[in-house]
Amino acid sequence: MGLSTSSVITLHVNGEKHTLPVDHRTTLLDALRERLDLTGTKKGCDQGQCGACTVLVDGRRTVACLQFAVAAEGREITTIEGMATGGRLHPVQQAFLDLDGYQCGYCTPGQICSAIGMLAEHAAGWPSAASEDVRPAAGPAPLTPEEIRERMSGNLCRCSAYPSIVEAVARAADADDASSAADTSAQSGEAAA
Amino acid sequence: MKEFDYRKAPDVSGAVALLDADPDARYLAGGTNLVDLMKSGVERPARLVDVRQLPLDRIESTPDGGLRIGATVTNSDLAAHPGIRGRYPVLTQAVLAGASGQLRNMATVGGNLLQRTRCAYFTDTTKPCNKRDPGSGCPALGGEHHNHAILGASESCVAVHPSDMAVALAALDAVVHYETADGRGELPLDQLYPPVAGTPDRETALPAGALITGVSLPPLPVAARSRYRKVRERASYAFAIGSVAAALDIRDGIVRDARLAFGAVASRPWRARTAEQALIGAPATAETYAAAAEAELEAARPLPHNGYKVPLMRNLTVAVLSELDEEAAR
Amino acid sequence: MTTTAQKTAVRAVGTAHVRVEGRDKVTGAARYAGDVPFTGLGYGWLVLSTVARGRIRDIASAPVLEMPGVLAVLDHRGAPRLNTDYAGLMGIRPDPTCAVFQNDTVPHLGWPVALVVAETPEQAREAAEALVVDYEVLPHDIEFHGDHPDSYPADGHMPGVTDKGDLEAELAASAAVVDEEYTTPEEHHHPMEPHAATARWEDGRLEVVDSNQGATWVVGELANLFSLDPASVRVRSEHVGGGFGSKGVRAHQVAAVMAATILDRPVRVALTRPQMFALAGHRSPTVQRVRLGADADGRLRALDHRSVSRTGTIYEFVESSAGVARTMYDADAHHTENRVVRLDVPSPTFMRAPGEAPGSFALETALDELAEKCGIDPIELRLRNEPDKGPVSGLPFAGRNLRACFEEGAGRFGWGRRDPRPRVRRDGRWLLGTGTAAASFQAGAAPSTAAITAEADGRFTVRISAADIGTGARTALTLVAADALDAAPDQVTVRIGDSDFGPAMIAGGSMGTRSWSLAITAAATTLREHLVPGTVIPAEGITVRSDTTAQIAALTNMERHSYGAQFAEVAVDPATGEVRVRRMLGVFAAGRIVNPLTARGQFTGGMIWGISMALHEEAVRDPAFGGPVGADLANYHVATHADVPRVEADWVDDTDPDDPVGIKGIGEVGIVGAAAAVANAVWHATGVRQRHLPIRPDRVLTAAGDDA
Repeated sequence: MGLSTSSVITLHVNGEKHTLPVDHRTTLLDALRERLDLTGTKKGCDQGQCGACTVLVDGRRTVACLQFAVAAEGREITTIEGMATGGRLHPVQQAFLDLDGYQCGYCTPGQICSAIGMLAEHAAGWPSAASEDVRPAAGPAPLTPEEIRERMSGNLCRCSAYPSIVEAVARAADADDASSAADTSAQSGEAAA
Repeated sequence: MKEFDYRKAPDVSGAVALLDADPDARYLAGGTNLVDLMKSGVERPARLVDVRQLPLDRIESTPDGGLRIGATVTNSDLAAHPGIRGRYPVLTQAVLAGASGQLRNMATVGGNLLQRTRCAYFTDTTKPCNKRDPGSGCPALGGEHHNHAILGASESCVAVHPSDMAVALAALDAVVHYETADGRGELPLDQLYPPVAGTPDRETALPAGALITGVSLPPLPVAARSRYRKVRERASYAFAIGSVAAALDIRDGIVRDARLAFGAVASRPWRARTAEQALIGAPATAETYAAAAEAELEAARPLPHNGYKVPLMRNLTVAVLSELDEEAAR
Repeated sequence: MTTTAQKTAVRAVGTAHVRVEGRDKVTGAARYAGDVPFTGLGYGWLVLSTVARGRIRDIASAPVLEMPGVLAVLDHRGAPRLNTDYAGLMGIRPDPTCAVFQNDTVPHLGWPVALVVAETPEQAREAAEALVVDYEVLPHDIEFHGDHPDSYPADGHMPGVTDKGDLEAELAASAAVVDEEYTTPEEHHHPMEPHAATARWEDGRLEVVDSNQGATWVVGELANLFSLDPASVRVRSEHVGGGFGSKGVRAHQVAAVMAATILDRPVRVALTRPQMFALAGHRSPTVQRVRLGADADGRLRALDHRSVSRTGTIYEFVESSAGVARTMYDADAHHTENRVVRLDVPSPTFMRAPGEAPGSFALETALDELAEKCGIDPIELRLRNEPDKGPVSGLPFAGRNLRACFEEGAGRFGWGRRDPRPRVRRDGRWLLGTGTAAASFQAGAAPSTAAITAEADGRFTVRISAADIGTGARTALTLVAADALDAAPDQVTVRIGDSDFGPAMIAGGSMGTRSWSLAITAAATTLREHLVPGTVIPAEGITVRSDTTAQIAALTNMERHSYGAQFAEVAVDPATGEVRVRRMLGVFAAGRIVNPLTARGQFTGGMIWGISMALHEEAVRDPAFGGPVGADLANYHVATHADVPRVEADWVDDTDPDDPVGIKGIGEVGIVGAAAAVANAVWHATGVRQRHLPIRPDRVLTAAGDDA
């Protein structure tokens, strides 16, 4: 059987399709950075050991350095550049900005993408290693600072802005709860009307 | 990293056929270990067969009342599954103790079982290593080995298996299902990893080219009260220096049934059968737990710098069993 | 426009401001060195030696040059010659590690032996892996210990030895004596952004887009190394992903310049994370002996602090750990001594609080041990030993508000309710304890230049070759400039990270913000003199420049330092050896705090470095091979989220009316004493002293065994 070491692929990134030839060795991280000029996704270790390259793939947080671009074909990829909508920051981005949830900023896109993915995981009821009781009967774990810390531990910050990152994630989670509560009450309001 | 061919496997038999024809091919699933090893040069496949999209991503009930977990179920989906969380909490805890949220979203059950040791001599191709390069020697023996094996190791290799999930699966009597060009087969998880002896490069008992298709869990009432605890050198996102998976059934103050496995002490998840035998039928006391752990650890052969693992595993076993004991009393 | 008399604006300094570049950082728009695109970019990949000592016999470049996409293989046989006979910034000679490919000698494992350049990063990596280097292997020695016969006293950035009084006599006369050995391991900076540089020649000028702590510093080094006119070199580093002392001139910039010169196209060289273990510098391990002798009331009669650190064979860097006591504590007999031993390892370098971080671990732990022996509260012991002048220099202090830090911190931490007895508090499986330590770090300043332009539209543009490596400098300087110009911060644009803006202090030594603020304030003062009401500003604006060389030289020589009191509460599981920090508080006296929002992060970031140093960080070298075992972030543990509890920092008023800006440094004082506070808390929890960092579970288990 013949060997082929490159392919023409189509990547779906931030709602746009990009068709490009890739060397099979090209990681999703390098494809984003070197081929699509989406350099918001950072290369901190290139070994899955720091989280700086975190992006969402089909809505889930993953590290882009341990995926080959060719294997990411057909998946929905969301990078930090795709988080703001029409110039309006995502609530997690806004909270990082307001609460100084960073210093040098290099791990920040990964932290933010990770937080966005993590909040969705928590909303889906996933437990974590910090959860006292993982059994379904115990109910979902409240998003305490301890839960945030455990769930965000795949994102190193050498500047050690951890306390303000956790504050920012908590604030964004609260805002999220508040807005979903508002949605719910709006819906019930409509139902009542 | 050398250039390689890439194929998406059309189905299980197609995947197996692709690998059967090509000794330089590797299955690619989550990639969290393989891609890293390709970057460091430990793995240099000529072809990757991507099995990630195969329809092996479900967790289903088995006729005997157990669960069958597809090989491409992600670690995250496994840990979050209500059936796993409710009936086998030790497995959810073990998976959640490993890696990070991002890596668990990528890593699969099959890949997790087949991940390679993180021994730093193994992952550095400029160093000798009997596992990577048979006969080249084991520098860990006289070098840095504070997180190496105390049980079941040999002069040829003292590396430990890095998986948390596999430790829980070992305790749960899991069975691994696979497929080769010759058909389907299965292995108890306990037999998936052969003893090190003089062949540390032979890491699994799977036939060449086999694709793990799933893992089944027996209905195991004792697992309803089970737990995993992991000790590591930072609070999260680090490999274990010792871990315990345990399940305990206590009635009338007597241990009726027990499952116990150790992590980060051997080249494989270490099913602690000697300890289990000491536990079953004995009074549910801290003394029993300590005696059971000590019985298991009699076989320990620590190296100059990892002797602490003996008291660590003893203490950790007592602590986890005592916690389960307290949980039963509540 | 025509200027009018302005009403004095609300002062910006001292009020919280989000980072001016914050939006770029949270949206991914901020471009770091490796993010800036170049047409026709070549990708360089360094090849490092796999032997710890030897000579290069041959490098088989021919087959590699035939590989797809490979553009060049540079090694000592054909690389441009470099000049290394010069003294650079602050008189420091270049570390030969950056002078790559000059000869066939391999002085340590991970020495750069070649650079492969290719069209794509994938091709470059494969070609670098394929390059066969043949070595003549020579025996090496990397085994470091405190009584190494080849150690010698060495000066480094301070005198190697200070000595007064009769040590042995005072020790003999002391009611309480502590005599212990403390060790700290090899530690690495590991900023999240790996070092990266892109070099190209453009119209006869060398342009380098780089990640560094001082653009003009790197220009000076490159101009010297390549014998170029400094005016023909431009270095830009708009955003820098952390530095901590590791980002000066290093092998990657030099290799990139060489390759860009030979290939006449832009070439980027980025270090991989594993390569950083060899090429980015590190903090040497230390072995420290501290002897303290005191009267029964805790007053120090004798203080002896001796430290041995390790350096490479090609460059002498001294980790001056014994320097801490020279400004912190006095005694009738006072001896401090820094020694080094040269071994076949990479050159260490400045790393956050060089000297103070490991030195304060030893000294502040020893003081805790002395407090225990004397039966005196550890804070009280320190306050009883507050000197009224520099213990070694004899100079007066420019403010020494350590007492205020301890008083404020003790109140907030609840220190007064502390039971001094060890091993008496439990929370389930955890033993609990609290600990404290003092901190100090020098507050210096160095000459800098700045330019400010009054723009025709009424705005101001400040240009200064400062670096914001995460400190918040860009924002702090905006606030300083706004106040100095009597303008609102949003009227001021501060441009940094470009060597064309002129010489300036680097982001280092906790001196950056103070040095740059002096230059900006001076320029603003001059500019305001020009802008009398009615001045017509031309289209190109009015620009003034400042140079603080004379002003810095005229500063009074005093003991000028930041201070702090560190408090930690820890939980220790004696069954497993796990240690968790539960909370931490630091209270600092650090001059005028420019931006409270970002300053807090500087302090807590340093304190968390202290947690990481106390519990996690350690690079272990294998004597057989000479390199670190597991050179990656999975093996070299730095603290992650789950390790970091509630960490709070605050500050007391610390004004310095005699100083033009009143700013002291805040980047380093946060780590000083932090590891000791944690270690002292571990003792309070368990009753067992931990004198060897990091306090890993195995060490806790083993120490507990020894103790029992």
